[in-house]
Amino acid sequence: MKNKEELGNRMDKENPNKKPKIKRNSKKVRKIKENLTAYSFIAPNFIGFAIFTLGPILFAVVLSLYQWDGSNPMKFVGFDNYLKMWNDVRVHAAFWNTIIYAVGTVPLTLVTSIGIAILLNQKIKGRNIFRTVSFFPYVASLVAVAAVWNMIFSPVNGPVNEVLRLIGVTNPPKWAADSDWAMFTVILFSVWKQMGYYMVIFLAGLQGISAELYEAAELDGANKWKQFINVTLPQLKPVTFFVLMILTINSFKVYDIIYMITQGGPGTSTLVLVYEIYNTGFMNWDLGYSSAISMLLFAVVLIVTLIQFKGEKNFANE
Amino acid sequence: MKKRERLTRTLIYLMLIVVTVTMLFPFLWMLSSSIKLDKDIFVFPMQWIPDNPQWSNYRDIWTRIPLMTFIKNTAKITLTVTALQLLTSSFAAYAFSKLHFKGRDILFMAYIATIAIPWQAYMVPQFIMMRSLGLNNTHLAIILLQAFSAFGVFMMRQFYQGIPDSLIEAARIDGMNDYQIYARIMLPLSKPAISTLTIFTFVTTWNDFLGPLLYLTRDELKTIQIGLRMFITQYSAEYGLIMAASVVVLIPVLIVFLSLQKYFVQGVAATGVKG
Repeated sequence: MKNKEELGNRMDKENPNKKPKIKRNSKKVRKIKENLTAYSFIAPNFIGFAIFTLGPILFAVVLSLYQWDGSNPMKFVGFDNYLKMWNDVRVHAAFWNTIIYAVGTVPLTLVTSIGIAILLNQKIKGRNIFRTVSFFPYVASLVAVAAVWNMIFSPVNGPVNEVLRLIGVTNPPKWAADSDWAMFTVILFSVWKQMGYYMVIFLAGLQGISAELYEAAELDGANKWKQFINVTLPQLKPVTFFVLMILTINSFKVYDIIYMITQGGPGTSTLVLVYEIYNTGFMNWDLGYSSAISMLLFAVVLIVTLIQFKGEKNFANE
Repeated sequence: MKKRERLTRTLIYLMLIVVTVTMLFPFLWMLSSSIKLDKDIFVFPMQWIPDNPQWSNYRDIWTRIPLMTFIKNTAKITLTVTALQLLTSSFAAYAFSKLHFKGRDILFMAYIATIAIPWQAYMVPQFIMMRSLGLNNTHLAIILLQAFSAFGVFMMRQFYQGIPDSLIEAARIDGMNDYQIYARIMLPLSKPAISTLTIFTFVTTWNDFLGPLLYLTRDELKTIQIGLRMFITQYSAEYGLIMAASVVVLIPVLIVFLSLQKYFVQGVAATGVKG
């Protein structure tokens, strides 16, 4: 009953017998009302987002041109912070280590997560249990699993090195304690920790591939392997680009994994950009310089993301 | 052909076992060590179930560190953040996907752009800002910086895009306003997306380390991750206790994940991939 009344009201508003001017006005009023409704939906999130995300981002850009310790007056220094960065050996080490970490983590995670997703997309018994288990490391507390990892890879008496000694490796690596092996240990740990997340995305992608494509390929006489090459892989392309993108962005943000496993050491062998932002910002209270390093991090992420975007376009056009 | 089929099957199961063992080994090690004496933990070859299980480890951790306080703090922060995140982002996502209004594209671009900016790139100015608002050493600071993520809005919007507009139009003709459409049509339809976002937000907030590390310096305010880390650095040789505490920390996340995972793959499929 009420609905019909409302419908009637709306009809009245659009009644063609009324003067055109009023009609235009009521249309305008409706448009404003619509905008207000939309803003009321967005406001709760947007206000928080603007204050706590957009604001600090702009503040960081400004801060990178100043020298400031957080309490004394700010001093404008132009591009001095950026010039200082150019000659800073620690920043150089952090920059290259971040790149090495990304180059090591991204392909390894990509390949293993695709592999496991394909494995878990087969018709097998207990599929759901296997899926749940593969996702465990991702949801588990980093502090807790890093503590376990440090014990398992303990150079002196950890089970990994015990097994290596058992099979005849007389001098097994010291893992996190050896500057040649530390980065490798960190990469190995992050692949293990994060693989499950990307696996689920690939799994979702695999389930989106229509069964008809496989049926058609089978009619053409393609075996399982050919179906994989000609159907599965091309169909997974958009998902792969999506994963590649977040995976890369995430690997440039690495901090806590390194904090738990190596604390940036030995020496500077696992020092990464975010670690250095943290050190200069919250240890030395050199806020301007810290923000300049943040801009470097941001620039790297931006460039890599743009290259990948362009790569995706070219790839799609082929 | 039959023989080959069987060979492939065996190979698949073999690989599955390798993967499962790799994934589970650290957790089994954790469980097993949590009921051992410290001196027995590194004995090789290892004994998975010790002869005299030290259940007392699970009793002692509650008195050695204020574990209960840490859990309460973390639960309070995590539940508030998850609720705020789900509410505000599904609300905003409705407008972004189903309403036409001035500035929609620009506003949405602002959200998308910040997804690519790592939080760590602006954590320093954010901290200064929070401090000048008098919010350092409060739980409110952690809640505010986690609750309004662009990721949540993006994810919910992707899911809403898949819900046909004709459904909304029909509801409008029936006389529903937008708030009713959101509450009675969109929310009930978005179970997979809501579950997925709940898992992600809950897990991220519960496990967050760097945020609480920066903002919470007083012991009675600390979260479980910071507390556990503190415990590890203070009693580095008491492995049994550390492992028992770790098991306790993992349990809530596992419960949330296991109870919502039914929708999980479906949710990821509908929200993330189309991005």
